[in-house]
Amino acid sequence: MINLELAKKHRDTLEQTMMLAEHMMRPYSRKYDKEEHTYPKEMEQAVELISAGRSEAMGGGRKKDAPAGTVVNGGNMGAVVGLFGLCWGDVGLFLGMPGSGLGNAAINAVGTPEQVKKYGGSYAAMCITEPGTGSDSANISTTAVLDGDEWVLNGEKIFVTDGDRADTLVVWATLDKSLGKAAIKSFIVEKGTPGCEVTRLEHKMGIRASDTAAISFSDCRIPRQNLLGTEEVATDAEGRKKAFGGVMQTFDNPRPPVAAMAIGVSRAALDLARELLRAEGVELTFERKPINLSALEAELARMEAQWNAARLLVLKAAWMADNKQPNSLEASMCKAKAGRVGNDITLRCVALCQSLGYSEQHLLEKFARDSKILDIFEGTQQIQQLIVARRVLGKSSSELK
Amino acid sequence: MTEAAQDLLFDLTLSDEQRMNRDTMQRFAAQEMRDLAPAVDLGGADVGSFLPRSAELGLTLLPIPEALGGAGMQRSPVSNALIHEDLAHGDLGLALGAVAPLGFVNTLLDQGTDAQKEALLPRFCSGEFLAATTALQEPRATFEPTEPRATATPSGEGFVLNGSKCMVPLGMEAELVLVIAQLQDTGPAAFIVQGTPEGMQRSAEENMGLKGAQLATLQFDEVQVPADALLGGGAFNLQRFLDLSRIGICALAVGACQAVLDYVVPYCNEREAFGEPISNRQSVAFMIADIAIELESMRLMTWRAAALAERGEDFHEQAYLAKQFCAEYAMKIGTDGVQLLGGHGYTREHPVELWYRHLRAIDTLEGVAAA
Repeated sequence: MINLELAKKHRDTLEQTMMLAEHMMRPYSRKYDKEEHTYPKEMEQAVELISAGRSEAMGGGRKKDAPAGTVVNGGNMGAVVGLFGLCWGDVGLFLGMPGSGLGNAAINAVGTPEQVKKYGGSYAAMCITEPGTGSDSANISTTAVLDGDEWVLNGEKIFVTDGDRADTLVVWATLDKSLGKAAIKSFIVEKGTPGCEVTRLEHKMGIRASDTAAISFSDCRIPRQNLLGTEEVATDAEGRKKAFGGVMQTFDNPRPPVAAMAIGVSRAALDLARELLRAEGVELTFERKPINLSALEAELARMEAQWNAARLLVLKAAWMADNKQPNSLEASMCKAKAGRVGNDITLRCVALCQSLGYSEQHLLEKFARDSKILDIFEGTQQIQQLIVARRVLGKSSSELK
Repeated sequence: MTEAAQDLLFDLTLSDEQRMNRDTMQRFAAQEMRDLAPAVDLGGADVGSFLPRSAELGLTLLPIPEALGGAGMQRSPVSNALIHEDLAHGDLGLALGAVAPLGFVNTLLDQGTDAQKEALLPRFCSGEFLAATTALQEPRATFEPTEPRATATPSGEGFVLNGSKCMVPLGMEAELVLVIAQLQDTGPAAFIVQGTPEGMQRSAEENMGLKGAQLATLQFDEVQVPADALLGGGAFNLQRFLDLSRIGICALAVGACQAVLDYVVPYCNEREAFGEPISNRQSVAFMIADIAIELESMRLMTWRAAALAERGEDFHEQAYLAKQFCAEYAMKIGTDGVQLLGGHGYTREHPVELWYRHLRAIDTLEGVAAA
C-alpha cells in the first residue's frame, strides 16, 4: 500500500537522534569547527547512546516469521533516518564519531566471520583515494605483493576520513596493475604496523571535526589472512566485473546514507533560516496567495519543495534496499539530488539571512561549508549523473565516458 | 496523525488491483491517445469520438457506490493519481478532458449532499460517456482560486450567477458544470449547472496546447439556478477541493514527463553526430539523467500527497509542495525534451514540441501554488 510517511519506530528514531544532536552535538559544533583536527572526545558518549539505540531502531531486518512479500522498514531505513537527525546536528561531528566510517561497513559487508569478529567493532577508516586517482578508483597504484605468509603494501593514500584516529584501515591495493579492476583487493591494516604512517592532515573548508589524513605505506607487512574477499584474480570478463563489483559493493550502500547527511544538514539550515526570518516577520505558511507572497517566502517554499523531493528519493532508495530490491540506480539518483539540493539550500540560507548568515555567531555559514563535501565524496555530483545516465540510456562505461 | 496510521510502514508497493488498472490505462493511452493527439492538436480529428471510447475505462463508474449503480470501489486519491499519470502518458490534453467527469464525480462524492449524489451519480453509471466538468479558472493575470470573482447572489428560491470562467475542460459540451463562485456574504461556493440555462454562453478557446481537453470559456450573465444547485447545500471546502485537484494535475505532469523521457532515450541513442550516438556525450546524457531524477521526485511527491489524502490526514502542505515542484519541473522537462532533439524537436515531426506546449499549463491549472 502506497505510504510515504515514516513508520512509527522511525519517527521515534528521528526524534531521538535530533534530541541527541541538539544536546550532545550542537554545543560543540563551533568548538571543533575552530579546533580542526582535535579529537571530539565528547562524542564518545553520543556514540554509546547511539549504539544502544541502534540494535532496535537501525537493526531489525526481515522478521523470521514474516512471509515472503512482506514489506520491510528495516536497517537501511533506520540508518538514513538516524542520519537525518544526527547530521541535522552536525555533519562534521558525526563523521568524527568512532564507528561512522566506511571501513566498518566494508569489513561487515564482505569480511569472514573471523575478520568481522576481530575488526568489525574497531574504529575502521577506508583508504581508497590516491594523489593520482579520485573517482576512477579502478586506477589505483598502491601495490600488494605476497611474500611468504604476508602481504607487502606500498603506496600513498589521501582523503582518509578519520585516518588519524582510526585503529584499523581498509586499504585498496592492486595485485597487478596490468590486470586492471580484477586485481584490486582490499586489505585490513592495523594502525601501528611498521611501514604504515600518517604523513599529513588536510586543512579543510568544512567537516573540520573529522580528520582527513594522508597515509603512506612503505614495505608495510600484514598477515595473509587480512585480505578481504578472495585472493584469486579473475581471468574472464564476467569474473573481472564480479570481482571489482565485490570491492565496489561497499559503494552502493553508502550513497543513500551520504545523501541522508545532506538532507540532515540542509534541514538544519532551513530551520535556522526560517527562525531568523520569522523574527523579522517573514514566515512561510503555505496559506498565502501567490500575489501576496514575498520573494523571500517564495524562495523558502521553493527550497522546502526541493528538500522534500530529495528526502523522498533517499527514503525510496533505503526502502528498496530493505526489501532486497537492487537500488544502485536509485542510490545514485538520491545522492545526486540530495547533494546538489543540500548545497543550494545551505548556501541560499546564508544569503537570505544576510550578515547573520555570514557570521560565525550562527551556524548557517558552517552548514554551507559542511554540506559542500556531501556533493563530492562517495561519488561527486557528476559521477552520480554519469551512473544514472548510463543506466537510463543502457550504456556501458566505454560508450558513455 | 491517527492511531491507525501510526503502525503503517513506508511502502511503495502498488496493490494488485492498482497494477491491473495501470495495465488497462497504459494500454488505452498507447492505443487510443498517442497517435490521435497530433491530429487533435491541428484540429483535424474529432475528440467527440474519443471521449465515448474512454467510457470503456469505467473511470466514473469505479468510485460511485453500488446503491447508485456504480462499482463501489473506495474513492482513492492514489488510484486516481495513477489514472491521471497513465492517461497523460498518452496525451496530456486528451487526458485532461477524459478525466474531467471523474473530477466532477469525485467532488460530488466528497462534498455533495446525499440528495445531489442520488440525483446525479446514477447518470454516470450507464456505460455511456457523460460530459461533466468543473469551472474554476478565470481570465485575469493575477487569478487566485480562493478568491473567485464570479458571483452568486441568492434570488428567490435559488441563486443568480454572474461572471466569466475559462480553461474549462469539455466546456463546450459538458452537460454538468460545477461552477466555483463567490457566494454573497458567505465565501467561495460551488454550483451545479445543468445544461445551458438562459444567460450562459459557451465559446471554444484557442490555447498554446491542450486542444484535446476542448477548453472553453463560460460566460454567466444573470444565470438563474435552483437552490439545490448549491453543492453540499452551503459551505464548500474550496482548499480541500483545490488540493485534491492539484494532486491530479501533478499526476498528469508526471505521466507527460514520463512520455518525454521515454521518447528522448531511444532518440538520443539512435541519433548520431560526429560519428557516434549523441547520448555518448555527457552534455546530452546528463540532461537525460536529470530528467529521470526530477521525474522520480515529482512522482514521489505526488504519491505522498495522494496517500496522505487517502488516509484522511492533513495533506495541504504536501499538495502545495508537490504542485510547486511539479509545475517547475514539468516545464523544465518539457523544454529539455525539445532541446534534446534540437531542430527536430521544434517541428511537428516529433511530439516533444506538443508536449512542451501542454506542459506549460501545469503551473496554471488549478491555480499557481507559489510564484
